[in-house]
Amino acid sequence: MDAVTVERAGINQKPSGRVAEEAGAVELPAETGRTVGTITVEDPIFRCRDVDVYYGEKHAIRKVGIDIGKNSVLAMIGPSGCGKSTFLRCLNRMNDTIPNARVVGSIMLDGRDIHDKKQDVVQLRARVGMVFQKPNPFPKSIYENVAYGPRIHGLAGDRVELDEIVHNSLQRAGLWEEVKDRLQHPGTSLSGGQQQRLCIARTIAVNPEVILMDEPCSALDPIATARIEDLMEELRQSYAIVIVTHSMQQAARVSQRTAYFHLGDLIEVGETDRIFTNPRHRLTEDYITGRFG
Amino acid sequence: MSNTNKPRRTAQETQAIVSASLRRRYWAERRFRAYGLAAIVAALTFLVYLFFVIFSNGMGAFRQSELELAIYYDPAVVDPAGTRHVDDLRSADYQALIRASLKKKFPEVEGRAATRELSRLVSGSAAFELQREVVDDPKLIGTTRAEWLLASDAVDLLQKGHIQRSLPEAERPLSDNQLRWIDQLSREGSLALRFNHTFLSRGDSREPENAGIWGAVVGSFYTLLLTLLLSFPIGVAAAVYLEEFARRNRWTDLIEVNINNLAAVPSIVFGLLGLAVFIGFFGLPRSAPLVGAMVLTLLTLPTIIIASRAALKAVPPSIREAALGMGASKIQMVTHHVIPLALPGMLTGTIIGMARALGESAPLLMIGMVAFIVDIPKGVTDAATVLPVQVFLWSDSPERGFVEKTSGAIIVLLVFLVVMNTTAVILRKKFERRW
Repeated sequence: MDAVTVERAGINQKPSGRVAEEAGAVELPAETGRTVGTITVEDPIFRCRDVDVYYGEKHAIRKVGIDIGKNSVLAMIGPSGCGKSTFLRCLNRMNDTIPNARVVGSIMLDGRDIHDKKQDVVQLRARVGMVFQKPNPFPKSIYENVAYGPRIHGLAGDRVELDEIVHNSLQRAGLWEEVKDRLQHPGTSLSGGQQQRLCIARTIAVNPEVILMDEPCSALDPIATARIEDLMEELRQSYAIVIVTHSMQQAARVSQRTAYFHLGDLIEVGETDRIFTNPRHRLTEDYITGRFG
Repeated sequence: MSNTNKPRRTAQETQAIVSASLRRRYWAERRFRAYGLAAIVAALTFLVYLFFVIFSNGMGAFRQSELELAIYYDPAVVDPAGTRHVDDLRSADYQALIRASLKKKFPEVEGRAATRELSRLVSGSAAFELQREVVDDPKLIGTTRAEWLLASDAVDLLQKGHIQRSLPEAERPLSDNQLRWIDQLSREGSLALRFNHTFLSRGDSREPENAGIWGAVVGSFYTLLLTLLLSFPIGVAAAVYLEEFARRNRWTDLIEVNINNLAAVPSIVFGLLGLAVFIGFFGLPRSAPLVGAMVLTLLTLPTIIIASRAALKAVPPSIREAALGMGASKIQMVTHHVIPLALPGMLTGTIIGMARALGESAPLLMIGMVAFIVDIPKGVTDAATVLPVQVFLWSDSPERGFVEKTSGAIIVLLVFLVVMNTTAVILRKKFERRW
């Protein structure tokens, strides 16, 4: 137990170093990889078991097991450096792009391991779209931003069909009314909140099954945040959404299930209402009551 | 606890220390600004002096003394057989036409020596000029026309003030008689400095008044065009592969270190390499822009690769992630997003490399582009020379007339450089996306 604590304190850096010491004092999960709460759901789209990620020598997340349900929002919360973004990036294999990153364990998308040799990573990313923390539209026109995905995947037969996809995607992302007269303007000329909705439109233009969102609102003001949250509620009807957030209020507002990560461990998973009203693990309780994090 | 938390000084004490140091800090800033200003003034002074010297010496090269003579295209001299055949027209004695015209203008000149002195006022190439006109238009035969003919280089030097009349006759290239004739022609308006077409349209010559820069300009153009066509694609492809696709391991580290080393290799070494490999081993022609371009490609590649890699590194990772997150494959990410964003930086590196290539002479000496070449090159395998080598050749020539030609060639080289860089900057601006 002591050895584990020391190792974790070493892994964890800077601001949460103090937290790590305190966390060493409180109880950790009885054994590594044991998560409190129900990790399974009926008919999941993702089924992850025993997922470990290493960045070189550093053990970033340990034995994470969780199901991700269809047509619902899963929020992942936890202090900085706890591994929630790392886990999110496992789901569409974005960790492949980081040198030295190694992912172990099974991540099943619709019953098929995404690390299977037959699983093409391009196809996987077309099925599992991603929205990043900082809005990152391409330095092209608004139209080209949305049309890019359908174009590279060959989803539109002709110009008319492509126009329709662009229109629909912008409409569903709640951006159409604001940009319909300036589709040829650069995507970067939009405000931060509009850019993030453009990125969402770009993602749904490929018609994915899952949308991963890595702190999508952390760079936005409250009004833009509220728009994105409304949008997530609508998108949930068609997609499974996984969102990483630092805001517990946001997690409480948008998600049906919440997962709490701490220093690379998945501590607790459960219905969002239950987690925020009746956390079972001491660490979860400390975090959501604002004692640290 | 409270002891350690108590401030060591009062606020007033702190302020006093800060104000005391202010004067010293501002003084340091002023001093530094003065150094910077002095450095810029010094640099500008050198530059202005350099340009002043080059332009004051070189502008003369763009004007040339010419004589106006009424030439009678005597059928008896030009085409004694009356065939009007090109070969007959070519072999005629056009010098005789000039002699006859001078004789008519100065009827008082008698005797062989004086006649020869008189005809030395006109450049030896003037006869070829007449020959070309007749071959181009045989109808001239039998008519009289006023022609502006190239004066000899001695007349030109006198006109430009490089020959002192006060010197004893034996010590100057023009005799008293010649000076008198020149003065007479000047008075009549038949001797004047006119725009020097020869300089801008001919190849090299041993006679200063006939030497032109065009052969070197065309040689430089072919060489640089080929260098660009070879080095830009190779450099960019190498940079993209190393930056985007290659694994980081000992081999890529080794390659990177060696590319950096190559950028520092003296250019003459590349010339020797080109001589040994391209000419010695592959048997490519000597003095050819093709080989020159291959050598200069070796020279500019490291610069282009290093600059292109830096440009690729500067593309924000968020754009790469966005593309990959959309399901773009790696090559799509690179070609659709990364290269367009890195292109301005790549072009900057290419401009720097090409500017260096334009100014290089040492490696080209090794592969024979230093030869005396009169003809304008018609292709990339013809013998040619380039502007900096032409400057080197002329600066080495003993004739006084080549001094201003050297500066004139430097002016042409600078204009070439400015045109090239302006084009590149315009291109870069076009590709730059300021969104």
